[in-house]
Amino acid sequence: MKTTDLIPVQQFCEHYNVEISFINTLNEFGLIQIVRVETKPFIQPEQLKDIEKMIRLHYDLQINIEGIEAISHLLTRVNQLQEEIIALKNKTQFFDQDDL
Amino acid sequence: MEFIDYYKVLEIEKSASIDDIKKAYRKLARKYHPDLNPNDESAKRKFQQINEANEVLSDPEKRKKYDQYGKDWQHAEEFEKARQQRGQQTYQGSGSQTNYGFEQDDDFSEYFASMFGGRSGSGSRGQVKFRGQDFNSELKLNLLDVYKTHQQTLTVNGKNIRLTIPAGVEHGQTIKIAGYGGPGANGGPNGDLYITFSILNNTKFKREGNNLHTSVDVDLYTAVLGGELTVDTIDGKVKLTVAPETQNGTKIKLKNKGFPVYKQEGQFGDLYITYNVKIPTNLSEKQKELFKELSKTS
Repeated sequence: MKTTDLIPVQQFCEHYNVEISFINTLNEFGLIQIVRVETKPFIQPEQLKDIEKMIRLHYDLQINIEGIEAISHLLTRVNQLQEEIIALKNKTQFFDQDDL
Repeated sequence: MEFIDYYKVLEIEKSASIDDIKKAYRKLARKYHPDLNPNDESAKRKFQQINEANEVLSDPEKRKKYDQYGKDWQHAEEFEKARQQRGQQTYQGSGSQTNYGFEQDDDFSEYFASMFGGRSGSGSRGQVKFRGQDFNSELKLNLLDVYKTHQQTLTVNGKNIRLTIPAGVEHGQTIKIAGYGGPGANGGPNGDLYITFSILNNTKFKREGNNLHTSVDVDLYTAVLGGELTVDTIDGKVKLTVAPETQNGTKIKLKNKGFPVYKQEGQFGDLYITYNVKIPTNLSEKQKELFKELSKTS
């Protein structure tokens, strides 16, 4: 992967005003994946949305990393369930139309 | 415009302290934060109200105004008129806040806008930090100045910077002094200072990277018969042995007698010397005769 596609962790932390240790901890907990190019750490752009969310949870809502980890699992589950609900709703709509 | 009771929104008493407000806000924000309630429009609306209530009640000045006018809607309208007459004075903050994934325009109610003229930045983390401006400067040095590592004090924008200039710096090379640029905004880091070296070569040596080139005159007799020659290098004189029958334009290399390699202490380039064989002039009659004789032997 070209480094031009990646965001240096240092630059990210300066922009968002967060400590590098916070990003390292997210990486240690497996919540994000830091890419190393010649020992320099980078963030993949597709992870930005999730990291921004975790920053908000931690800094705005004072939720610790363990809490963020639990929330991430639950949110993934919530999203899956929401998708299932939509699919089931669509199915019932289909059968309701059949009844008519 | 519907009157919004911010105290009710935060589920606190009118006499609540700043700490009570903060606690209530955090508790409700954790419950209704859009990140924790994906695709839930009602939670999003509730969170907007909580944010709005917190923004007003956690700011003593705004809280005072809210307590004064917000209680009675009719007075608020009068306040609004008076405010407009005073020239559309608003309370817009300078910083931006974290966007929670919904439109900024919808963040606050019409009621809030009429009372406070829009959103103001209150969160310190939400303010984006800006790095200071980078400064560029040129430093003029002589070639001999950069033959050895030395320290120099520069004054840039009123600041004295003690700079170590490594031996072997090239003409046009730029070095970065981190943090010596313009000051950052909102607590952001300072910019950097970039110094470009302009190196004036007033020596007889031509520099090509780490190698130096020069030429020396060799008299005809030394060139033909061989001999010794003392030549200048950049750091002193050296004695050379000239081989017999040395041709004009012969180039020799003196290893490690060139310029220091940048940031490689103890390493040097080479010195290339071109022999410039000088033909004698103003020959005496005797010398001319001898040359004639010599020419007959070849």
